[in-house]
Amino acid sequence: MAVAIWMAGAVAGECLSVGVAVAAESSSATTLEAPPAASSPGSFAAAVAELKDASYSRKAELIRSMAEQRQQGTKELLAALLNGDVYARTSDGKVFIVAPGTSGYALTDPLTGRGAGTEPEGGFEKVGINNALRRVLRSALAHFDLSSADEGVRLAAVKELLRSFDEGATATGAGDVRALLQSQLEKERDASVKREIETGLALAALGDSSPQQRLAAIDSLASSLNPDVYNRLVALRDPAAEPEATVRAAAARAVRRIDSWRSFYGIIETLFFGLSLGSVLVLAAIGLAITFGVMGVINMAHGELMMLGAYTAYVMQLLLPDAIGASVVLAIPAAFLVAGLAGVLIERFVVRFLYGRPLETLLATFGVSLILQQVVRDIFTANNRPVVAPSWMAGSLQVNDALSITYNRLVIVLFAMAVFVILQLVLRRTRLGLEVRAVAQNRLMAKAMGVRTDRVDALTFGLGSGIAGVAGVALSQLTNVGPNLGQSYIVDSFMVVVFGGVGNLWGTLIGGMSLGVINKILEPYAGAVLGKILVLICLILFIQRRPRGLFPQKGRAAEA
Amino acid sequence: MVDRPALILLALLAALGVLVPLLNVGVPESSALHVTTYTVALLGKYMTYALLALAVDLVWGYCGILTLGHSAFFALGGYAMGMYLMRQIGARGVYGNALLPDFMVFLNWKALPWYWHGFDMFWFAALMVLVVPGLLALLFGWLAFRSRVTGVYLSIITQALTYALMLAFFRNDMGFGGNNGFTDFKDLLGLDLHAPAMRIGLFVFSVAALAGGYLLCRFVVTSRAGRVIEAVRDAESRARFLGYRVESYKLWVFVFSAMLAGVAGALYVPQVGIINPGEFAPLNSIEVVIWVAIGGRGTLYGAVAGALVVNYAKTYLTGALPEMWLYALGALFVLVTVLLPKGLVGLLPLARKRLVS
Repeated sequence: MAVAIWMAGAVAGECLSVGVAVAAESSSATTLEAPPAASSPGSFAAAVAELKDASYSRKAELIRSMAEQRQQGTKELLAALLNGDVYARTSDGKVFIVAPGTSGYALTDPLTGRGAGTEPEGGFEKVGINNALRRVLRSALAHFDLSSADEGVRLAAVKELLRSFDEGATATGAGDVRALLQSQLEKERDASVKREIETGLALAALGDSSPQQRLAAIDSLASSLNPDVYNRLVALRDPAAEPEATVRAAAARAVRRIDSWRSFYGIIETLFFGLSLGSVLVLAAIGLAITFGVMGVINMAHGELMMLGAYTAYVMQLLLPDAIGASVVLAIPAAFLVAGLAGVLIERFVVRFLYGRPLETLLATFGVSLILQQVVRDIFTANNRPVVAPSWMAGSLQVNDALSITYNRLVIVLFAMAVFVILQLVLRRTRLGLEVRAVAQNRLMAKAMGVRTDRVDALTFGLGSGIAGVAGVALSQLTNVGPNLGQSYIVDSFMVVVFGGVGNLWGTLIGGMSLGVINKILEPYAGAVLGKILVLICLILFIQRRPRGLFPQKGRAAEA
Repeated sequence: MVDRPALILLALLAALGVLVPLLNVGVPESSALHVTTYTVALLGKYMTYALLALAVDLVWGYCGILTLGHSAFFALGGYAMGMYLMRQIGARGVYGNALLPDFMVFLNWKALPWYWHGFDMFWFAALMVLVVPGLLALLFGWLAFRSRVTGVYLSIITQALTYALMLAFFRNDMGFGGNNGFTDFKDLLGLDLHAPAMRIGLFVFSVAALAGGYLLCRFVVTSRAGRVIEAVRDAESRARFLGYRVESYKLWVFVFSAMLAGVAGALYVPQVGIINPGEFAPLNSIEVVIWVAIGGRGTLYGAVAGALVVNYAKTYLTGALPEMWLYALGALFVLVTVLLPKGLVGLLPLARKRLVS
């Protein structure tokens, strides 16, 4: 927590020092935010002059009075002070804001805001501050920031002021801060800043002397997911912290309510993690579902076709180093073509001779997978290759304090859905799809009706392999791209197909998603590895119950 | 009834079992005929692989169950033997703890886990080499065959089985040494494991185990039950309708084969000096299947021949041309399944016909 505060302070300080530097260069800086001076400029000048020799407690008083007066240039001075950029000249004791340059210090007069030339570093002494003063300075600066046009700055200012409640050290009294925030609340239009102020005020009201006020505050906080609120409410259940029994009961109720919401959002998050893992599994398995389910061919090289797709994404990035986003998008069709072509070649030269002998195809395609791995190792070496994610996949969607969704997972889920829909459309609505289904149902009859089964076989295998390539592009965004990429997914994707039931893409979708969700539900209790083992054992047991998966083929096709 | 290939194989094994020790001990090192102790250990390893191939051939070649998880039984047998060898180290480990193996001391364990008790006795460990793989096969097979899981489904769940076991054995808190497994063995039955005489002893014992395993398998496949097992392979439904309890036959063959694989693993571990979870890798199981396929499935001597040929090629190629090994293995998979569905043994009648004509 202390680190977080320090970080926030450091970031704020950095922003402000940039502002100061700009002011120093333009040399005619005017402060837009500061209201007109309430008292004579003389007292500000006197305070500035006194600053250098004052004790720390006197400095705090001076800072408070300066902040109250809101004299022009105060904000810059305070920001510089916080940042350690305020120095006093040893020769005459005059105070300057200083920016270190190549030939000594560039000086700015805090009273006028104008540049005062550059002087060597030797003749200056820093105006020192300590941690207590830093707090005073930050909360004083937050007063100024509240009127900023940027919501982010206002939000940070509100947070800073709220923190000063807790620490009890404020530039102005706690009551003034409350009044300030109240007035800000009326003016404020941004919803997140508003919520922050409301939460903060209610939090402050928890320490109010009247029980009614405290009860009202608890009521208004009961729907908040803010972790600070939660901690405060939990503490309030303790008789040592809260003398009033009714308030304690209300706090306990509120904590229960928040707990249930938190666990609700926790479930949503787990579900989402599960769905995103499931999407990866579906992407990996759906091509397999076509070759295995529709053609009855066990393609053990499926994982390696995914690996080819991932390497295609890597090569596209090498070709388009300046357009990462475009390279990922272009990699999708490219990977489809590369892996699809490899698939057609495998079908023509190996699988074609082995129809009707599924166990043999398993072995032969396993041999192909070994060869593909070694080819990739010879070309790209055995080291993992990095594939950079485009900027629109970075970051996360913050739904509320308890739930955030990373964009890359979201993109994977949507992408898996899109692939699924397109594949369904191809199988249901196109000529190729019709022929594929006809051959799958009755090869001889389809042949008799004039379907060129050879060509259909090759194309089906190519389609399944192409989808594997597309899945590889998606995987390249999630994991390292290396020669063993495919191997780590092959067992999982077979599980998905077997679980969902052969010859049914819906089975694959539901199978993959449920395996993903089950995995993620088990993970917190059992750990990642044990969770996976449990899932495998469950699957082995599941196959006993339903030897043909969730959605078995029915009728004659099932006997084949 | 003894047929010619069986006699030839047994004669070859007997010759190997006598000649190799003789050439190792009796012939001076300068002689071209000298067999180094390294080669003895290597040949011993091949013998255990051949025994594993026999086990796979019995279920795949004769019963039609394509198992992609037999290395699980092999590794379990190996771990049982490894546990005995670990206990034999005693206080000579790095940490000098008489009771706990090094890795347990390292993990700060205070007491021996319950499943480690008894492994300080050889007879118990030897029993476990048979019992553990057998029990797992019994449980797994009972579940799978009872609900008529067949074909590729069965293959895939056997693969899942060995994969799950691999993940489990990688975990440190399983109490099997995690990632590193067991190594640094010192003694077997109180005798130094690294002594040349011990190497020869292990080799001879492996040859004997292979010969014994072969005779046992032959006994099984030539028995009445063996005929039924072949019938199950060729037409499972028909065998069932003829009144045979198909799942019982499958189950007993599977359990017997798993025990054989366990023995192979137990002989393998002292000869290579290490056992780790990598032995559970699905890739290993599939490799065993390809030995059998190359040799010729459905013939026991074919499986032995396949294991020896492929492993010799592997040793040679990984030494001479390391990057070529995967290409060669991959090509073997493809060519054998496409062009030689009966394996190398399938070439024999062709060769004989050519000789005759």
